[in-house]
Amino acid sequence: MNVSPAAGAKCQVSFTVNGEAQNVLAYPMQRLLDVLRNELGLTGTKEGCGEGECGSCSVLLDGMLVNSCLVPVAQTSGASIVTIEGMSAHALIKPLQEAFLQCGGAQCGICTPGMILASAHLLEKKPEPTLSDIREGLAGNLCRCTGYMQIFEAVTRAARRRVAK
Amino acid sequence: MRADPADYKLVSPGNLPAVLSLLANEPAQWLPIAGGTDMMVLYSAGKLPNRKLINIWNIPELRQIKVFPDRICIGAACTYTALRRHDLISAEFPLLASAASWTGGIANQNRGTLGGNIANASPAADSLPALLVYDAELTLVSVRGERRVAYPSFHTGYKQTVMAADELIRDISLPRRFSGYFSHTRKVGARNAQAISKVCLAALGHIASGTIRDVRIAIGSVAPVPLRLHETERVLSGKKIGPTVIDAARNCAVKEIRPIDDIRSTARYRAAVAGNLVAEFLEKLGAEGATS
Repeated sequence: MNVSPAAGAKCQVSFTVNGEAQNVLAYPMQRLLDVLRNELGLTGTKEGCGEGECGSCSVLLDGMLVNSCLVPVAQTSGASIVTIEGMSAHALIKPLQEAFLQCGGAQCGICTPGMILASAHLLEKKPEPTLSDIREGLAGNLCRCTGYMQIFEAVTRAARRRVAK
Repeated sequence: MRADPADYKLVSPGNLPAVLSLLANEPAQWLPIAGGTDMMVLYSAGKLPNRKLINIWNIPELRQIKVFPDRICIGAACTYTALRRHDLISAEFPLLASAASWTGGIANQNRGTLGGNIANASPAADSLPALLVYDAELTLVSVRGERRVAYPSFHTGYKQTVMAADELIRDISLPRRFSGYFSHTRKVGARNAQAISKVCLAALGHIASGTIRDVRIAIGSVAPVPLRLHETERVLSGKKIGPTVIDAARNCAVKEIRPIDDIRSTARYRAAVAGNLVAEFLEKLGAEGATS
């Protein structure tokens, strides 16, 4: 086992972010959210509530959707992380992006990175989701602009377009 | 005041014996952290009393689900997502699968753990009434050895448990003898998704020759601990379900619970809803339970 660090000691955390190996020196209890934004400059991940209720800070951690405000960075050692910036290489980004634009699924934009990641996470598991699947998949992501219906419609449209291909 | 990460330690021993020796060597100093869905909220708000944390997210034996002929044994750090995906849990322990499905959103289900829900010991936790009616047994481990605790005797008061400072929940064992029961669960909160319960019921019933042979009812958020309604169950045992029996059960349930007014609801509302949920369960048990 590793020796317990003194309080105040930073530790090396090595992980993969958006396909690139990264090495950061951080306090072990620093939130993954803060490391992504402040150390790595990946400001696409937003802070909303800071307590796991709103989903603005959603990222994929080893393929699992998580709220990065609730993850201590030391727990991500060796992990693979995908943020909204890394989604540009994802097969689902084109249909999702187009559908969000067409349906008015994005307004102020703060929830949008989290919505896109949660939608991609859902569509990977369920390529043809029902409305209730979509509601459940996005239940942890709050939006104060759209009223949600446009977002649900966008995800439905993105799924249909992808399946049609 | 926001927490300053520089004030905190977090170590990752990576195996169970090393975690237990840390817990034993400096009693009450170290706090285990798994998915962090409760603790990181306290931490960020500057309300986490402990400054030393032990990572138990990466301990493989806490993440296993083992199936035996007579029981299923769930590692304490299994996530709600793992519970939802497990075929045998869905088939034989639907109350637990349902509770897992409505605990937080998907992101929190990917990180929140059953053992964390138990150790955090909130009377509003959604999975705990299910564990009560399924006769769960916990295995607590420490450097001193292991002991089994019947889940109903685990909680001793509001956020108080029988767990010693050097102990960790290793697994949760459920006997496989309820798959023939009719089961019903219902959560009442401010909204369906991601809201903490005002009242949450989990219940099992078994009817033979038109009368109740066995009935098990537990409710969350109506007492300092998740509560099994033993008095109400006694009122129902051996009875035929009908309006008089349902009324008697409703009245007994309302007397048996000890709800309070708090941020999420009032004692009066909780008592009314708890009574209604018991009545709703019995109506369904009467209508659908005889064939199952």
